[in-house]
Amino acid sequence: MHTTFCIKRFNPELDTPVPYFQEYALETEPADTVLDALIKIRESIDESLTLRCSCRGSICGSCGMRINGHAALACKTKVISTTSGEGTVSVEPMNNMPVIKDLVTDMAGFWEKVQQVQPWLQPDAPEPTGEYLASSESMNHLTGVMGCIMCGACVSDCAALEVDQRFLGPAALAKAYRFVADPRDSVGHSRLFELNSPGGMWDCTRCMECIQVCPKGVGAMDRIMALRAKAIDEQVPSTCGSRHAEVFADLIYQKGRLDEPMLAVRTIGLNNMGQLLSYVPTMLMAFARRKVPKSGFFHRALPGIDRIRRLFLKVRDLT
Amino acid sequence: MTSSYSYDVLILGAGLAGMRAALAAHAEGVSVALLSKVHPVRSHSNAAQGGINAALTDRGDKWEDHAFETVKGSDYLGDQDAIEILAEEAGQDILALEHMGVIFNRNDEGRLGTRRFGGQKRARTFFVSDFTGQAILHVLYEQIMKAHLVVFEEWFVTSVVKDDHGHCAGVVAFDIRTGGFSYIQAKAVIIAAGGLGRVYEPSTNAMICTGDGMAIAYRVGAPLMDMEMVQYHPTTLKGKGLLMSEAARGEGAYLLNKDGERFMESYAPNMMELASRDVVSRAEQIEINEGRGVDGCVLLDCRHLGKQIIQERLRQICEEAKTFANIDMTEEPVPIRPGMHYIMGGIKTDVHGRCWDLQDKWGGVPGLFAAGETACLSLHGGNRLGANSLLDTVVFGRRAGSCAAAYAKSVEEPKVSNTVAKPDQQTVQDLLNRKNTGDTVAAIRLNLGMTMNHHLGVFRDHEGMIEAQTAIRQLRDRWQQVGIHDKGQVFNTSLVRALELGMMLDCAETIVLGALTRKESRGAHFRTDYLHRDDEDWLKHILLYAQGEGTPRVDFLPVRVTQWTPQVRLY
Repeated sequence: MHTTFCIKRFNPELDTPVPYFQEYALETEPADTVLDALIKIRESIDESLTLRCSCRGSICGSCGMRINGHAALACKTKVISTTSGEGTVSVEPMNNMPVIKDLVTDMAGFWEKVQQVQPWLQPDAPEPTGEYLASSESMNHLTGVMGCIMCGACVSDCAALEVDQRFLGPAALAKAYRFVADPRDSVGHSRLFELNSPGGMWDCTRCMECIQVCPKGVGAMDRIMALRAKAIDEQVPSTCGSRHAEVFADLIYQKGRLDEPMLAVRTIGLNNMGQLLSYVPTMLMAFARRKVPKSGFFHRALPGIDRIRRLFLKVRDLT
Repeated sequence: MTSSYSYDVLILGAGLAGMRAALAAHAEGVSVALLSKVHPVRSHSNAAQGGINAALTDRGDKWEDHAFETVKGSDYLGDQDAIEILAEEAGQDILALEHMGVIFNRNDEGRLGTRRFGGQKRARTFFVSDFTGQAILHVLYEQIMKAHLVVFEEWFVTSVVKDDHGHCAGVVAFDIRTGGFSYIQAKAVIIAAGGLGRVYEPSTNAMICTGDGMAIAYRVGAPLMDMEMVQYHPTTLKGKGLLMSEAARGEGAYLLNKDGERFMESYAPNMMELASRDVVSRAEQIEINEGRGVDGCVLLDCRHLGKQIIQERLRQICEEAKTFANIDMTEEPVPIRPGMHYIMGGIKTDVHGRCWDLQDKWGGVPGLFAAGETACLSLHGGNRLGANSLLDTVVFGRRAGSCAAAYAKSVEEPKVSNTVAKPDQQTVQDLLNRKNTGDTVAAIRLNLGMTMNHHLGVFRDHEGMIEAQTAIRQLRDRWQQVGIHDKGQVFNTSLVRALELGMMLDCAETIVLGALTRKESRGAHFRTDYLHRDDEDWLKHILLYAQGEGTPRVDFLPVRVTQWTPQVRLY
């Protein structure tokens, strides 16, 4: 089939080093992956096209890039799945990291964040003479997150990182979860304490992009949510993030619906008037654009609230 | 020349062997750096799926049994003193990995669980689902981060440097990201740069496996040993030849021909699908050659294992069959064929990873060490058992790291001339300046791979190998002329591929020369013109020394036999 690849290129050694798109027309086979296609381009059309690749089997994590706007491993993405037969496929370097050349990005920042979560087992001394005893379930559970190959796809497409580079990001947080959930690690509580700081687990906006784009089914966002649940269970100091979760649930129980002004007030806290007042312009703007419900700023409980509460309690008991 | 970089121990390659060596050397208190042409977690150790062997005595297993099965697997070409160390120290190294944090599969008591692997009668393979290599690689990198070790990431080594006394003095390398050359001074260099799979096409190996480590050691005077011993894995996926782990057969999968027969019954009635890899690959190739295959393949049938086992223990290959062959393993058998997978040969080392040569002294390059697939002790002889390669990397990676550290403490800082990096820099500049001829590195590379697969595969004979030798010479001439289009300094992957091709051609030459020299059939080296193993004349290793542009010098070394005299090998 006839496919056009529209590839974002960047050569830092040009006189005016600016990114540009270049199109390559190629005959592809139904079995071809995007990596196969890029290699064909490199070998038969343009040798200078630069990318990282190695294993061809989605285990080394080298060929992370954005294909039709979403991060993926080129070696795991079939050309046919990205076009409806005859079409154009766009290929760009990963986002949220600097580009070195063409599709090659600088992942130093990515690794710095991984390093920040102290990603090594910290067991209680002394080591046993044999292996640590651990349940089969706990180890099997960890295979999910150890399946992460550090390709960077989740970080590339993370919406929170796009606006705040301080956020640890999904890969580092999933790596942190690998230790918090490891029964052999003894410093889980202090890990959670660290992750409770700004830039940590509460900065995820739950956009689900990391789950969507992960080629290995690691489910980074789910791991972040598991970290949050564990942090609340272990009573690490409350933050806006944890209060938001708790107040959210409580408001549903009280009123049967989300009471946004109250959510903001109780999450931020009346003792933090400065921050609360900073939201007033946003509120007024929302009001001007008729984004405020007819009932006004103050929400009453929904009719039939008793039934909602019974439902709420039932769900809570189940989980 | 003084270098801005100076270490006691420099390790080339950051896969399992390299990182294990780095941790061992670091533990001895010397300064250590790792250098790799890719980020450590991109290393090819990732691809080891099935597991890692160890006979644990508290399980009623005996290391001697593991050692014997390794000796038998090697078709008696393995050196038995080295194999004894491998088997005896296996348990402690697996426990060390577990303590570092590897999430090995557990049994119902919460202790390490095992599965069965080929060529062995007991279940002694420890594993993490079917991504054991990846799980260990990432944990070793965690330990590297913990120790804050220096890693030269995405650097390419062009040569090992010797001082005036002929001792190893470090390497010349360039940073792929800037193109800038450096001399990196080191008292000891450990080459742990992996295999040479891409010399063949197809191969299960990643695109980075181009034999760089072997080639640079060979060029600087270290001998390569048993290079003719190239393993074809029995189960590689139709198409691109990706690996389908032996774990499938370990869990009980069948191999079927087009008539649905478990054909291994006629080749290895006792061990069936779990005979050693050379035996199974040959059986498959015979079935295919004699018309009992399916479209150039035979079938790997997992259906009777049930969905749960497949999804829990064979998750990755199940995914792989789906993605790359569009086959649901739980519903259909998978078409597979033998494919180039591993090289048993490599840089000749002793049991401490030192690149010794014949006279039991450091005649080659004192200060040079090797470990992992790059090295040849020889542990695997004519055929490696599944799940022994990961073990090889951690046991002998550790030993090489400790020994290199001790060596570095005992020697002075090496001194070399100020212009040590110049020749390599000039070679690269000349390559960049070369005019484009219309020929390409990719074309030469493909031609080389097809030639090797055709003439130096499962079955070999004199004429075919001579043809390959002639072809390789012509390919080398082409390589010396070929130009590259990308003239840049920054991340010039065309340049890297051109340099890799030079390494691959050196390796290919030694494979052919070794194979032409060995006039018998043993392990993976099966010659249709010499059908039998000949212990009288060939119970010995073949060593090859580079002689500049001339024909390499061939030498021999007897196999070290401790307790197992060679017997007829039946499975």
